[in-house]
Amino acid sequence: MEAVALKDRENQIHIKGEAPFEIVCDKDSLAGAVSQRACVFCGSRVVLYPIADALHLVHGPIGCAVYTWDIRGALSSGPELHRLSFSTDLQEMDVIFGGEKKLYNALTELIDRHSPRAAFVYSTCIVGIIGDDLEAICRRVEAEKGIPVIPVKSEGFKGNKRAGYKAACDAMFRLIGTGDTSGISPYSINILGDFNLAGEIWMIRDYYQRMGVEVVANITGDGRVDDIRRAHGASLNVVQCSGSTMELADMMEKKYGIPSLRVSYFGIEDMSEALYDIARFFKDEKMLERTRKLVQGEAQKLILELEPYRKTLAGKKAAIYVGGSFKAFSLVKAFRLIDMQVVLVGSQTGTVEDYKELEAITDPGTVIVDDSNPLELTSFLKEKEVDVFVGGVKERPIAYKLGIGFCDHNHERKEALAGFDGMLNFAREVYSSVMSPVWRFVPRHSSKDLGNKV
Amino acid sequence: MSKNPPNYISTTNACKLCRPLGACLAFKGIEGAVPYLHGSQGCATYMRRYIISHYNEPIDIASSSLSEKHAVYGGGPNLKLGLTNVAAKYRPKLIGIAATCLTETIGDDVRMILQEYRRDTEGSQGLPDFVNVSTPSYSGTHMEGFHGAVASVVEQMAEGGPRGGEINLLPGFVSSADYRYLKEVMADFGLECIMLPDLSETMDGEALLQYEKVPVGGTPLKSIKAMGRSRATIEFGRTLKETRTGGCILKGVRDVDNFQIGMPVGIEETDRFFGLLRKLSGRDVPHKYAKARGRLVDAYVDGHKYVFGKKAIVYGEEDLVVGVAAFLAEIGIRPVLCASGGTSRRLAEAILEATGDILPEQPEVHEGMDFFEISELAESLAPDLIVGHSKGYPLARKLAIPLIRVGFPIHDRVGGQRILHLGYHGAQQLFDTITNALIAKKQDDSEVGYSYM
Ligand code: SF4
Ligand code: SF4
Repeated sequence: MEAVALKDRENQIHIKGEAPFEIVCDKDSLAGAVSQRACVFCGSRVVLYPIADALHLVHGPIGCAVYTWDIRGALSSGPELHRLSFSTDLQEMDVIFGGEKKLYNALTELIDRHSPRAAFVYSTCIVGIIGDDLEAICRRVEAEKGIPVIPVKSEGFKGNKRAGYKAACDAMFRLIGTGDTSGISPYSINILGDFNLAGEIWMIRDYYQRMGVEVVANITGDGRVDDIRRAHGASLNVVQCSGSTMELADMMEKKYGIPSLRVSYFGIEDMSEALYDIARFFKDEKMLERTRKLVQGEAQKLILELEPYRKTLAGKKAAIYVGGSFKAFSLVKAFRLIDMQVVLVGSQTGTVEDYKELEAITDPGTVIVDDSNPLELTSFLKEKEVDVFVGGVKERPIAYKLGIGFCDHNHERKEALAGFDGMLNFAREVYSSVMSPVWRFVPRHSSKDLGNKV
Repeated sequence: MSKNPPNYISTTNACKLCRPLGACLAFKGIEGAVPYLHGSQGCATYMRRYIISHYNEPIDIASSSLSEKHAVYGGGPNLKLGLTNVAAKYRPKLIGIAATCLTETIGDDVRMILQEYRRDTEGSQGLPDFVNVSTPSYSGTHMEGFHGAVASVVEQMAEGGPRGGEINLLPGFVSSADYRYLKEVMADFGLECIMLPDLSETMDGEALLQYEKVPVGGTPLKSIKAMGRSRATIEFGRTLKETRTGGCILKGVRDVDNFQIGMPVGIEETDRFFGLLRKLSGRDVPHKYAKARGRLVDAYVDGHKYVFGKKAIVYGEEDLVVGVAAFLAEIGIRPVLCASGGTSRRLAEAILEATGDILPEQPEVHEGMDFFEISELAESLAPDLIVGHSKGYPLARKLAIPLIRVGFPIHDRVGGQRILHLGYHGAQQLFDTITNALIAKKQDDSEVGYSYM
């Protein structure tokens, strides 16, 4: 293989079957490497963003707020306050003399204007440096306005995205336990870690309803402050993929004794498993029966619909590079379902255990990477002759530049990929990229010789 | 004519980006250059994402990836380490370093660190050149970052020497198609042109077999060095004036004549540009452009009734706003509000200069605006269309009027980098787009739905 890895990074890459397993992760990105990784603030913003009736105020210079304005496909069935980008837009004077006054005034102004159910105030790098006391300002405004005003400690440089997930969980944990839980069914859950991209959580909620399970709070897709405040009244936390909200489930377990279940809604196998796990948890024969019917019905329908895609896509090669490694597992299985071969898999924020599990479920020769960068990714894509690459928006142009198919699987996508219908959408997405006739023109498959057909 | 702008403390849906982003884009237009942000990782990742969504091109922006420890003790060591890593990995010819809010605030002296680094690495082989620009986002927008980077590049790289015959062209931030067009124009006038930056290839490249770590294209370093010896500089931007621009620096340090003109959008502003080129080249306007102008005038006439008297809101980067306002004015559309997130303090004056002899009434002009404020004003202005980048879409949707997409970012359509704004050809495209959008709106709203006009 071409030597492309920066020296210090070599142990963040692993090829299955080559050496005893060891991968270094959770390392700060290396200076000068073009990492795909984001900052703490980004992690917090991703998790809290879909809470649609909260005010999300970014305390800092304009960039951090403007780059996160309405970039994600997290839908709301009601209020859409989350789609606006609020910033204190710190100026030089604020940086010199402190931004507390501006923050106070901005918060007051925005709460008066929008009457949100709660406000989240995100700190950014610069706020960590100038040392504004967010906690104090938030307390003051909370007392004055009578809504929860919660600081999110998301200074970008204080770690990676995962630290941001943690900060977001801390912030939500302050809300939980403050609402009235009367009237909640014993068969009740919170949905954690689904962000309602392209309306996914609506499909999932529909399954739960058909099973006879009450959803107390969406955390956070199509989320509402008041639901989250009473989330401690649920009997079970169902945590999907990404690990972004696992932290919160653990905190809730400790404080409120609510157990949690880790699931994935992606692919037939994982989706069905998720529903069965929940039904089993409630130990209710009738519910189990309803679930069986639901799963069988949906799965049968889906298998039939998938068949034409499977037939054409069988044997094609896929590469996966996504944010969370749990999502990577599901993708590996989903590709298997349509008989495609996964030749590379990696994530930005996997843990050692995650990578061990990945290694267990992949074929020999599969490249496994942690926190990769464009150069590395492309050399693998080329070497492995990949047909379709699944990644985030930053990976797309690289794939396209080299004439490789691409499927969006990140927080910005506008296609629903979760649930049974989602699997079909996924197959269609992959199909519409892999089978497009445009690849015949890309240099990979054709000579540049103009007029060679004459 | 400017009334009191609304004055809010908070910013909602900003109409500006941060300064380092502009600097990174400017650096991307230099041959063999890799932009480098001295700061924490997040900023670089966000900016890459933002830029990619417009260009659909890979863009690598390296970062010092500062963590908490570095924020306390200074980011110097990480900057040096990062430069070495980028140099080894990308083999760039130039690394363009922009500071971020973080490093500006903790007070890292990038210039000094670079001096140290140069000393430390003396005698090394294959090290690139370095250029650094100060880009605190808490003052100014991405446009200050863009112009600042261009200024720093010429300040730190342009050399003196015997005067040559070249013309420096500093177009500011325009589309890849615009840069391509400008090169063609200069060549057609027989002028040896050094255009800085040049994003025509680097951000609108071909499909490739081999991934290029650093895409081909961009202004050659050799040419940048020669800019101090050029005959003259042409710089687009009526709001620039005496600020620290590339043209002003070349004039001040190397005594290169500087011609600041408006961005050539529409006939009037393009005539001024072509007039200048005639003077500098001693040649007549090439046939191709005379023809294009003639066709454009013919098209203006054919379409004038569909656009006359319509009201438009224009927003975005200040100099583009000036250009678009001038163009709208000359086709009979009334700009009623010109807004920007920038704060040059010269926007109103520049619009007056460019449109004073056509518009019976100057539009409201506001700097430092965000989309909440624009939206609020829009209600009473009852515009027929808005002209600007993609971020105005929610406003267009709310008002149910067409959005004519120009500038950056175009995040909700393909081909933003191929929109041609400049020259007679650009005006032709803009005119057809706008006229058709207004016709389509009327057609869609009509109960009859004629299939001819
Ligand atoms: S910290 Fe400054 S440089 Fe970084 S994204 Fe925010 S505004 Fe831009
Ligand atoms: S300034 Fe900090 S918080 Fe903002 S984008 Fe950059 S790294 Fe993230």
